[in-house]
Amino acid sequence: MKHNARTLNTTEHFYGHKACGGCGESLAVRLVMKILGERTFSALPAGCMSAVSFIYPNMAFTTNAMITPFASTGAVAAGMAAGLKALGIEDTHTVGFAGDGGTADIGLQALSGAIDRNDDIIYICNDNEAYMNTGIQKSGLTPYGTKTTTTPAGKNLPGSVTMKKNMFEIVAAHGIAYAATASVGYLEDLMMKIEKAKNTKGTSYIHIFAPCPTGWGHETNVTIELAKQAVDSGLWYLAEFENQEFKLNKNPKEFASVEDYLSKQGRFKHLQADDIEIIKAHRDQKWEKMRKNWI
Amino acid sequence: MEKFICGNDAVAEGVRLARPHVISAYPITPQTIAVERLSDMCEDGSLKADYMHVESEHSALAAAMGVSSVGARAFTATSSQGLLYMAECLPYASGARLPIVMMNANRAIATPWNIYGDQMDSMFLLNSGWIQVYVEDAQEALDMMIQAYRIAEDKRVMAPVMVNLDGFVLTHTYELVNIPSQEDVDAFLPPINLEDQVMTIDNPKSLCISAGNDFNFEFKIKQEQDLTNSKSVLEEVDEAFSQAFGRKYHGLLETYKMEDAEAVLITTGSITGTTRIVVDEMRQAGHKVGLLKLRYLRPFPQEALNKALEGIKAIGVIDKNISFGYEGTIYTNVNSSIIHMETPPKSINFIGGLGGRDITKANIEEAFQKLMSGDSLDRVQYMNVRCEQ
Repeated sequence: MKHNARTLNTTEHFYGHKACGGCGESLAVRLVMKILGERTFSALPAGCMSAVSFIYPNMAFTTNAMITPFASTGAVAAGMAAGLKALGIEDTHTVGFAGDGGTADIGLQALSGAIDRNDDIIYICNDNEAYMNTGIQKSGLTPYGTKTTTTPAGKNLPGSVTMKKNMFEIVAAHGIAYAATASVGYLEDLMMKIEKAKNTKGTSYIHIFAPCPTGWGHETNVTIELAKQAVDSGLWYLAEFENQEFKLNKNPKEFASVEDYLSKQGRFKHLQADDIEIIKAHRDQKWEKMRKNWI
Repeated sequence: MEKFICGNDAVAEGVRLARPHVISAYPITPQTIAVERLSDMCEDGSLKADYMHVESEHSALAAAMGVSSVGARAFTATSSQGLLYMAECLPYASGARLPIVMMNANRAIATPWNIYGDQMDSMFLLNSGWIQVYVEDAQEALDMMIQAYRIAEDKRVMAPVMVNLDGFVLTHTYELVNIPSQEDVDAFLPPINLEDQVMTIDNPKSLCISAGNDFNFEFKIKQEQDLTNSKSVLEEVDEAFSQAFGRKYHGLLETYKMEDAEAVLITTGSITGTTRIVVDEMRQAGHKVGLLKLRYLRPFPQEALNKALEGIKAIGVIDKNISFGYEGTIYTNVNSSIIHMETPPKSINFIGGLGGRDITKANIEEAFQKLMSGDSLDRVQYMNVRCEQ
């Protein structure tokens, strides 16, 4: 089944939440729920999406959903799926929506356990590159040179000094049934991948790049543009791991301007030319490997 | 049918009879035999359950929350450091009113590292919103697995239950245990049916919600009321159990030879059995001693305890734990109950058994002698220790 703006259904399963204007993550949740449909059970750990959608008495999910302990997205979702199976309740989907910190840091162990058991769940990592709900602290997916409240940029440090943890390849290394990266800048690609995850028996993982105006310091009307630019400049990539093989979905002949992408965001305003060179060098190294092995 | 089995085996037999849908567990000494037996039962088909090999205790309980949230019956088991590692999930489960049952093999807490039995672990979790019951022997362990599900799933209760049994002394000790028939257990424990409480396709819900300062307090009060009121349900379930199976555990607490007693020891778990024998022997020698076995620490049986202690002159509370900087935790709980009596008994704390140290018959007799001596004693006494008090 193909998804695009024309075919997309008008049923909303996620609305009335209190996310910020221009939030990339809530857009991703909304679209995922449109594709998975009403027989979906969702698990959301501590983070922006749970904080804005379960405020008694206003519940933003029309479908079954629950907040999980921060580290437990994979485990709670797996438990739900096991419970539904044991009760003989068929034709359901179980999905976990965690952030970058909830996935790459505190939730990594439980996610690894779920993939190891090949539990029939869909795990969505909404990556906005820092702990936004607690006020923009560095996570394992915060890229080099990012100013956060725990990686201040100053005379001695350019903000974060580590690169993004390589979550996509970490989950692929488990031999996961299906994994993909996506971006809210490329929605048809994103929806196609959700559709594949929906039809996958076993664990699937979708890593969605999702800008955050509040945490990144950008205008609320450039969320989609930035999410596109990240991919076009090569700082993010669209790929799949299917039938135990990597596949690069988009391979730009020339990268769009990294400077242009960075300059629209307050979190990168302080970067010097040599910092940008470090970012580009890391990008090129990654793409050399992907182009060699994933095409 | 009777079988010569250890406490862990008895737990597994009880769980099998309760027919959980999913077991999520992580191995830790001395709980391991229980989950090994359950794995065997899942393999040979005598238990139709899904065994989830989770990667930690934190995930064991988190997965059980997922299982329970969709209306399936969940079981997990842990001990000691494992209980502490999953600690965050305990109030999550109880606040969401998920009727999970967990076995905890009471074991010491590091450091110094130690695998043997004391009750330091579960005392940390008294405030977690779980019902806590302590069993005396393997038979009670088996029977309480069955009772625990009926209590947890009672719509007046809707609280998770932790069944505690002393590490090694109960988990690894063999006894003759009566194993009820599946037919009788099925009649006592009907299939789980909580459609209105859990997430269903026809009636979707948000669970484990957030509530700010405008509503949070009321949720907690409701939880507190239901846990306190669960006392009558526990008694009711125990009574129904005795009708069905002929074994009665006397609900919240059991008194033993307390009529006309001058000194009473208050016990939990396996030390109760040793104390019974000492009471019998001392009674034969003409001493007026008795025993009060606390079965539940949460909900705490305040009314029943105070009533049972009327007219008693001196009590000793045996604690296999220390709340560092104060005293044994059960002692604190007992004292806060008895201050509401018109003439409360004098109370002394006997702390013993830490890290698996024996509490011998002689130690217990000595405790009774101290209570009866009328001597002025320090309020905290250590049992069977090699250092100066």
